[in-house]
Amino acid sequence: MNITEKILAAHLSDRQAGSGKKEVSAGELINARVDLVLANDITAPISITEFKKTGAKDVFDKNRIAFIPDHFAPQKDIKAAEQCKMLREFSREYGLGLYFEVGRMGVEHALLPEEGIVVPGDLVVGADSHTCTYGALGAFSTGVGSTDVAAAMATGECWFKVPESMKFIYYGKLNKWVSGKDLILHTIGDIGVDGALYRAMEFEGEVIRSLPMHSRLTMCNMAIEAGGKNGIIVPDEITEQYAKGRARREYTFYTSDEDAKYAEVKEYDCSSIPLTVSCPHLPSNTKPAAELSNVAIDQVVVGSCTNGRIEDMREAAEVIKGRKVNPNVRMIVIPATQKVYLQAVTEGLAEIFVNAEAVFSTPTCGPCLGGHMGVLAKGERAIATTNRNFVGRMGHPESEVYLSNPAVAAASAIKGRIATPEEVI
Amino acid sequence: MILKGKVWQFGDNVDTDAIIPARYLNTSDPKELARHIMEDADKEFPDKVSSGDIIVAGNNFGCGSSREHAPIAIKAAGLQAVIAKSFARIFYRNSFNIGLPIFESEEAAEKISAGDEIEIDADRGVIKNITKGEEYTAKPIPPFMQELISVGGLIEWTKAKIKKQEIERLRS
Repeated sequence: MNITEKILAAHLSDRQAGSGKKEVSAGELINARVDLVLANDITAPISITEFKKTGAKDVFDKNRIAFIPDHFAPQKDIKAAEQCKMLREFSREYGLGLYFEVGRMGVEHALLPEEGIVVPGDLVVGADSHTCTYGALGAFSTGVGSTDVAAAMATGECWFKVPESMKFIYYGKLNKWVSGKDLILHTIGDIGVDGALYRAMEFEGEVIRSLPMHSRLTMCNMAIEAGGKNGIIVPDEITEQYAKGRARREYTFYTSDEDAKYAEVKEYDCSSIPLTVSCPHLPSNTKPAAELSNVAIDQVVVGSCTNGRIEDMREAAEVIKGRKVNPNVRMIVIPATQKVYLQAVTEGLAEIFVNAEAVFSTPTCGPCLGGHMGVLAKGERAIATTNRNFVGRMGHPESEVYLSNPAVAAASAIKGRIATPEEVI
Repeated sequence: MILKGKVWQFGDNVDTDAIIPARYLNTSDPKELARHIMEDADKEFPDKVSSGDIIVAGNNFGCGSSREHAPIAIKAAGLQAVIAKSFARIFYRNSFNIGLPIFESEEAAEKISAGDEIEIDADRGVIKNITKGEEYTAKPIPPFMQELISVGGLIEWTKAKIKKQEIERLRS
């Protein structure tokens, strides 16, 4: 079995495991136990309503359900405030141990790994498509709907179709400033937005083995943008270093067997992967950043569950340090969690951004989905370190979003057009 | 179950931001969501669509966000079903979970035109094009998903499961 199959097999529901079933294979429909269930201020309200219809007297485990108001939080308007209130009240009523109020919260997929709430070997479902992020830790995690979450909250189980797996091998030497974001954008550009539909995307190769955790999280985060069910990386020393000291539960490292089955194998020579940008209106519409120097921009966003970690802040700060945001541009920097925020302040990154005349904001998903904190007007164009550039994603249906890594975003903020870090440093 | 209606056609990769833009997600009220159905793809769509209509689309319908608001909005707008060449996986499971009938058929998605009158025999997976006098087949629905549909969605299924566990507990 490969790592995805092994984690699913290890979590087979008691009924199935009790019948002696120890293996799973692609295409099978199974019921599996979940280690963690999560939802946010947009998806949890439906989960709460549906949970109450199940007749369950209590949640399956009050310390395994995470409610994180992050999308329209801090509450952007009255309706959003009502939704956040539903999470707060439900969490109090049921004594949930993993409710994160504003001031303690962060963008869910940055917060949960950072806090050691998701650990290697976990099976996680979340009512948010970017739940696939935790594959970076060697966990099986996937986005589901609010009703799935409601059922999982009640029973501690979820139904799955065991996915076929695709293997992506990265070798060669990474070019300067190229990071996990470029690798995943390049990969999505190659296979398309449904290139891994229903499948697990297993990333490996010498480049992945030396890729730092924040870049691994970025790669797995965007598996959904290729239609993938989950992204996953077999845990190693880098995983151990990350999990050690922060994991709140015991964890298990699963690996893929030598004879594990893969529906397809893709190989990439990283020395030929340039700084990559996804052009409107699909993440698969990729071009080398260097070819887009005629694209003027109005806004830059650095942040999100994709690129809002401290390393992303450092990368953007390194490019913009001692320089100014172009007068025609608004730059919005959003650390993904309170910890990242504080660390950015302590390290002097916040000062660099403010001196560069950028906004340095409290954690929120905000502009990534056109919610608040940087919504685009008609005809405006942004370059963002976020994950989607669909029509209207960041605001007006006639606005445009380009996706990039933090260094390219920061360089673009200085130039007022899409630029590479080499152009400004 | 027979579903008969007029077709609205869309292309490949209809994403959940197109189905229901995130700016309206500060509510989960189905009626309110339905008022904005597909508006970024076609501004007049919420006014044009009538109860009983059917969406026919290309590959990867419902890609992007996990928002259940997307199938909820489709259902609340009175649309009876969606036929597509393929569905994004979260949209696929959401639809079964909440009881929105969806059908995968490459043939149907290619041959059906906007405005056609079609009839879907949901149990047999047969799609009849009344306007063109053609017939297509949809991919069979896995037994577990059929079970979900027959009991009325995942919540009903879960309710039954909890009840069963409760009875077992009382017996032991």
